[in-house]
Amino acid sequence: MNLELPAINDEQVEVLLADLLENYGYDFTGYSKASIKRRILRLYSLDKALSFAEFRYRINNDNFYFKRFVEQITVNVTEMFRDPSFFKTLRDVVLPKLGTYPFIRIWLAGCSTGEEAYSISIILKELNLLHKSLIYATDLNPVVLEKASLGMFAMSQMKQYSENYILSGGTNEFSSYYTANYSLAKFDDELKSKLIFSTHNLVSDHSFNEFQLILCRNVLIYFDRDLQYKVLRLFDDSLEGLGYLALGTKETLDFSPISPNYKRIPSEKIWRKVS
Amino acid sequence: MGKCDALIIGGSAGSLDVLLRVLPLLNHELSFPIVIVIHRKHGTDSLLPELLSGRTKLIVKEIDEKEEIAAGTIYIAPSDYHTLIEHDHSFSLDYSEKVNYSRPAIDVTFQSAAEIYREKLVCLLLSGSNADGVNGLISVKAWGGTALVQDPASAQVSFMPEQALIHAKIDYTLRIEDMAEFINLLS
Repeated sequence: MNLELPAINDEQVEVLLADLLENYGYDFTGYSKASIKRRILRLYSLDKALSFAEFRYRINNDNFYFKRFVEQITVNVTEMFRDPSFFKTLRDVVLPKLGTYPFIRIWLAGCSTGEEAYSISIILKELNLLHKSLIYATDLNPVVLEKASLGMFAMSQMKQYSENYILSGGTNEFSSYYTANYSLAKFDDELKSKLIFSTHNLVSDHSFNEFQLILCRNVLIYFDRDLQYKVLRLFDDSLEGLGYLALGTKETLDFSPISPNYKRIPSEKIWRKVS
Repeated sequence: MGKCDALIIGGSAGSLDVLLRVLPLLNHELSFPIVIVIHRKHGTDSLLPELLSGRTKLIVKEIDEKEEIAAGTIYIAPSDYHTLIEHDHSFSLDYSEKVNYSRPAIDVTFQSAAEIYREKLVCLLLSGSNADGVNGLISVKAWGGTALVQDPASAQVSFMPEQALIHAKIDYTLRIEDMAEFINLLS
């Protein structure tokens, strides 16, 4: 066996995904194959698994390792005010429109460790809308939600986040939103007063409320087309008329079954439900 | 169908000039797609496809996620995502950790394509200042594909092709002036 060839083949990936579904109820079978296989191989090598059989046995019999597996095969890379022009449009166009409502309900699907949730809180606070807003931040993975609810991010990231914040139209001192605690920046409790962190699996869970704004950025890229359409229908069912749906820079509503009901805000991946 | 199902070109510092010289000399009807993965700053999208499409009659476009890969098209990997290839010859994008301090990482696309196209994959690594792409070329060889590098003597920054020559089994070392002819003959 050539060492440069992957230690796990496609059939073995299918075996692991079937195990997860059967033993834990996590359905990854609609995920893009190339990406999930790469994540599994990465973990296999990171954890120096001795064989596929050993790796599989651990996932199925060691609950702690199973949690690590789910956390590692899903992508949890995120940052505050990522794609500043997107957050500028939220600030200048979308949220002021929603500000005319008596109450604002936002769903941030696939929130990971929470960086975007706190970013949205900051904008709502600056627009003086935070008091009448609720942000449901969900992820399939309880481990990242625990981190998110702490509201603490690496100090080393703050320079980058501060630059993003300014580019997104923020005019305050970014450092006024957190206190430095050694290597961590602890964000003000007020920012999480309207954040509700909760598990929700886009693959298997249903709609749980009606929202005026749903954000789901860089999640659909990991799904195959069929699963993407299924999740978009879930969003459509969960969005009020005239509500907004925001996707990642490389994601689109075009060609999906729900696209006829939506009108895009030019130059951003934000669509408004028009019928 | 020729001996090549896909050509993937990776590069970093100093690679853009190579592309600007080579693209105008390519046949207008290539029987395979070209995928270009070069390191660049996030937020400057659309500029690179625009710049390159001015140099060739081939279609040049930035990759859309889940897009089907078509022959005779030059695809540019978007900044700040990794580009992967699926079995059905479509693209997947991935916003996971940087690899070799890079996103897109050349290694990720080379490795992903290596397994899909196997002996019908040709990968070319150009000028650059880090070793991204070297592990990818090792995978390409392991799956039976063809590994090419820019002649380090002709590279603005020779580190990347030099590292490839040290660590991977390279089939051909190409001077810039020979690249277009080589690529045209793959059709």
